[in-house]
Amino acid sequence: MMESPSRFALTPEKSREAVIQFSDVRIGFAEGEILRGVSFSAQPKETLVLLGETGSGKTLTLKIAAGLLRPDSGTVDVLGERVSQMSERELLALRRKAGFVFQEGALFDSLTVGENVAYRLHEDHVNEEEIEPRVREVLEFVELGHTQKLLPSELSGGMRRRVSIARAVVNRPPIVFYDSPTAGLDPITSQTIITLILRLRDVYGVTALLATQRLQDGFALANFHFDSATRRVRRDTKPEKPSAAVTRFLVLRDGRIYFEGSPEELLAANDPYLQRFLI
Amino acid sequence: MAETPLQDTQPQAGSPETPSVVEVLVDAAKTNIQKVQEYSKLSFRSLANLATSPRYMQDTLAQMDDIGVGSLPIVLLSGFFIGAVMVLQTGAQFERFGQSSLTGDVVAIALVRELGPSITGLLVAGRCASGIASELGSMLVTEQVDAMRAMGTDPSRKLVSPRVLATLITLPLLTTISVFVGLVGGMVASVFSLRLDATAFWERAIAVLQFSDVMQGLSKSVVFGFILATVGCYQGLNVRGGTQGVGRATTQAVVVSSVLIIVADTFLTKIALFFADKVF
Repeated sequence: MMESPSRFALTPEKSREAVIQFSDVRIGFAEGEILRGVSFSAQPKETLVLLGETGSGKTLTLKIAAGLLRPDSGTVDVLGERVSQMSERELLALRRKAGFVFQEGALFDSLTVGENVAYRLHEDHVNEEEIEPRVREVLEFVELGHTQKLLPSELSGGMRRRVSIARAVVNRPPIVFYDSPTAGLDPITSQTIITLILRLRDVYGVTALLATQRLQDGFALANFHFDSATRRVRRDTKPEKPSAAVTRFLVLRDGRIYFEGSPEELLAANDPYLQRFLI
Repeated sequence: MAETPLQDTQPQAGSPETPSVVEVLVDAAKTNIQKVQEYSKLSFRSLANLATSPRYMQDTLAQMDDIGVGSLPIVLLSGFFIGAVMVLQTGAQFERFGQSSLTGDVVAIALVRELGPSITGLLVAGRCASGIASELGSMLVTEQVDAMRAMGTDPSRKLVSPRVLATLITLPLLTTISVFVGLVGGMVASVFSLRLDATAFWERAIAVLQFSDVMQGLSKSVVFGFILATVGCYQGLNVRGGTQGVGRATTQAVVVSSVLIIVADTFLTKIALFFADKVF
């Protein structure tokens, strides 16, 4: 079953190392430099919420972390590998250890939902007999088991986003990058997506880098946890969170990290720019 | 300080000046050289990928079905009528000298060496280079290509190589069918228009052909197939500007591949005639 003890859990030796490490990363295009020396790190099982205005470089940061874009300068390490200096062939191998949820889902529109989810398993040469149950299991996880034979065009925006999450985690990667997973969705569907991210974090210990413009997504991840026993989302009331998951916020502004800290620190910050996110 | 917004638009000291004509031409040349370089790299990789795994044979078969079987109706129709019109045009000239029986010779040579490969190449370019460019372009703008890369798949292996291989295999087959149907069309026209004997037409058409003619036609179709597939893939994977860009890439794919096919045809004919004298 999906919700068995974590296969994602990293070894104790590895857990002391940062899973994602950005050091003075810069990238620019014809219109100018977008990231101007971004540095941060994410520890195992940590959720980093990247906040920022449109065009602040959130998606770029995710794509650089996944090796889809190469920075102009600076270094990026993911799972102990120097992503910023790897060849495309080496990157292809590394990307199989990470999931990426695109803003609009980016599902293959000529394939059915089941084929989309199974795509990665076929690429990894998983046994054919094993693929079907795993696809069914992960689609059940995102509560879309009944859509396996449908085409992406037959799904709503929220359902497509959930299929995208299913596709990203079907091979159980230790890291998932979420690019504005709730953008353009109604509050109820957004809550469903956040619940899925919570479940992935609390049940499987997935390290996440989540870009969003919605502060409430970050606070939901920081203040709630998924209780596997009751299969329900619960508010963290005790100082020591049962999930032991850490959520931190990074605010990007003008190509730099403007703020980095816990939800409590963000709330306490007496900064006019940060206050605009809190309104 | 500017007092009104309009004053703010006046050129400032040290602001970039309008580029000269030479600078514009140099920039355009650089851009085009870069495009040729990127196209060459993509073309080379599309073939180099075939030498190593993973190879996507299912995708290749699906593309062969789409490009080969899908193009069959237009190739059959156009092939038949090109053969027929060739007979009508040349037959009238031969009749003036009482040499109508030579019609079969001319039609066979023209179809096998030239018209079969080039017309089939142009038709398939119109249908498939545009299809490839629009499909890959749409995948690019909807981030499906990035999604593929994010899942550890090399798009040049998964998307480009199967299309190139499928076209390399199917275009010579389509050309062969087109030539055969063209000869049938020519035979029908010669029987009904020139009152020639069908068997005599066919025997002369076959007898006049040499091995070098067949090789010339088939080698051209392989090159034309490579051109239309790689140009379609290159245009599709270099779309800029959303759905409007996809439309532009589709048009560009047809225009560029058609022009390249015609230009390549000239050089290939010269090379083939050289080898026909020396080798065959």
